[in-house]
Amino acid sequence: MFNLDRWLEIFDTLLRHKLRTALTALSVAWGILMLVILLGAGTGLQKRVEYNFRDDAVNSIWMSPGRTSKPFEGHAIGRDIRFTNEDYDYIKNHIDGVEYITGRYNLWNNLVVTYGTKKSSFDVRSSHPDHKYLENTIMLRGRFLNDLDLEERRKVAAIGLPVAKFLFGDEEPMGKWIHINGIAYQVVGMFEDSGGEGEMRKIYVPIATAQMAYGAGERIHQLMFTVGNASVDESKRIENEVRDLLAKRHHFSPDDKRALRLRNNVENFREVSTIFDGIRLFVWIVGFMTIVAGIVGVSNIMLIAVKERTREIGIRKAMGATPGEIVGQIVQEAVFITAVAGYMGLLAGVVLLELVSRYVPENDFIRDPQVDMRVAVSATVLLVLAGALAGFFPAWRAARVDPVVALRDE
Amino acid sequence: MNALYSMLMEQGALPPCRCTVSFVSMIRLTKINKSYRIGQHALHVLRDVDLHIKAGEMVSIMGSSGSGKSTLLNILGILDQYDSGDYYLDETPIRALSERKAAMYRNRFIGFVFQSFNLLPFKNALENVAVPLYYQGVSRRKRNRIATSYLDRVGLADWAEHLPSEMSGGQKQRVAIARALVARPRVILADEPTGALDSETSYQIMQILEEVNQSGITVVVVTHEHDIAERTHRIIRLHDGRVQTGDPVPVRQ
Ligand SMILES: Nc1ncnc2c1ncn2[C@@H]1O[C@H](COP(=O)(O)OP(=O)(O)O)[C@@H](O)[C@H]1O
Ligand SMILES: [Mg+2]
Repeated sequence: MFNLDRWLEIFDTLLRHKLRTALTALSVAWGILMLVILLGAGTGLQKRVEYNFRDDAVNSIWMSPGRTSKPFEGHAIGRDIRFTNEDYDYIKNHIDGVEYITGRYNLWNNLVVTYGTKKSSFDVRSSHPDHKYLENTIMLRGRFLNDLDLEERRKVAAIGLPVAKFLFGDEEPMGKWIHINGIAYQVVGMFEDSGGEGEMRKIYVPIATAQMAYGAGERIHQLMFTVGNASVDESKRIENEVRDLLAKRHHFSPDDKRALRLRNNVENFREVSTIFDGIRLFVWIVGFMTIVAGIVGVSNIMLIAVKERTREIGIRKAMGATPGEIVGQIVQEAVFITAVAGYMGLLAGVVLLELVSRYVPENDFIRDPQVDMRVAVSATVLLVLAGALAGFFPAWRAARVDPVVALRDE
Repeated sequence: MNALYSMLMEQGALPPCRCTVSFVSMIRLTKINKSYRIGQHALHVLRDVDLHIKAGEMVSIMGSSGSGKSTLLNILGILDQYDSGDYYLDETPIRALSERKAAMYRNRFIGFVFQSFNLLPFKNALENVAVPLYYQGVSRRKRNRIATSYLDRVGLADWAEHLPSEMSGGQKQRVAIARALVARPRVILADEPTGALDSETSYQIMQILEEVNQSGITVVVVTHEHDIAERTHRIIRLHDGRVQTGDPVPVRQ
């Protein structure tokens, strides 16, 4: 129901009561602005945490051998531990709960890679086929390494997107032969990696091929595996079993942290997400309180505004206004002012977050803060509703009394 | 009979009565009682008030301060409730009206003039005069045109754009009278309209009210000033909430 006259009357009233209007608008806009900033900071924090874990599977356990620091079974300290293919097989076959497992044998960093006249240096890693699950490798073309590649010690390679771009440009890379330090490998796949550019400027070759080609025998530099959706406790159980197994095989003390360096991502992620859940809860509580404060503020202002207008209501009634007309006008005023102010607060908040995510440099705390528009809009609607109700009840009461009562009010 | 008269008058078959008091009853009160509750006590303000004002009459209600004049006028203006008795306005019973009906009577039938003016402070003179028309749903342009003509009638055409705070008491009361007249009511009720004004200005206001009455509108003025009361056809005296009997003698002619 659009009533131009009513709107003109409302604009007029709002304009002639600038302080009242400004106070209401400010309290609503401020509440929404704070909420948007808060929620934005919350998601920014969450994104930062997720960003830290973007590279590797969060349900993975990573191990590298070190040097013994405790005497054990008559062995002196300072002994180097080395993983072998046998360790890989043992863990894979004897430990319950291991999902995907891979070893890594690192070739020298920055090997010279050529295709035709194109020549550059890239990291080359050798691994088992399951490696793709641990690094969140996403195949764009072809395939990753497979069991047959390892069995037959094939000279095949999966290359990252930037590698393919550099070596091949627009040319089709699949099936082409590239040279890594003079040895020819056939490209069987092209991938990208959620870990970012650094994780994509890589070439993967079968670990068995690398061990043979570079005279590494059975040696493995690193072992890592995932544990499915195991709980933290279960991951600890698996971790301990693997540690015991390796300790037994390599004769070091299971308590020797230096002999086996182990990183349990399940546990780490749980810790960080517990902190994050706490922060998120905090953000929600503060956000909720902000809204409650906003509602209380708006209600208060409305209450005072209606009180202030008791005499005006009396005059209008004496001139023949029905309670419906009076309440309608006051509520419409309240809804209009809170809606406009809420929208302003929303806009200011979103613009602010946009500026932050655009101009604040990469840091350890926050990343790309954004607000869930549904939450922000719901909060605004809530405030508008609160304003309407807070205007409605006192206005209804004031409009129901006999004009003399309202007119007596000073 | 009254309905017939109104119909004939509206159709122009009868001339609007000019100062001659018709036989038609405009306001009729019988045994009106009203008391205010103050704590545990009841203050009996109006006691069995009987009152009869005919259409086209101009009467004044006099009485000392606290005798219940304002209370009586507010009841007549449907701004307040009464406890018992009967009130007929233009032969229509005014009792337990719905808010909508009450608003309709206040808007179209009655014009109220207050001692303290009761103008809306944030609206200028023209807008104040136009308020009753707003609640009739008259368009903005038409409202302003009609309001201007009534402002002109009280001699304030040049003050249309001024806020009440920029005007003198007499000017404010004239704006209030224009506002009371703008919806072309049948009755004007004025509660000490000159109470806050000097005598010079008071006479101007009374002059206007007399002209209003001469145009056929029934006028009831509450006052405690004799010279004001003497300018009306009839004085009704209130004493301790009772109408003094014995002197419903017309003052003039
Ligand atoms: N709302 C009220 N509550 C209690 N007493 C009231 C109220 N309004 C008026 N009175 C009392 O009623 C009496 C009549 O008041 P009023 O009609 O205003 O008198 P007048 O207008 O003749 O001076 C006074 O004694 C006054 O104090
Ligand atoms: Mg009085």
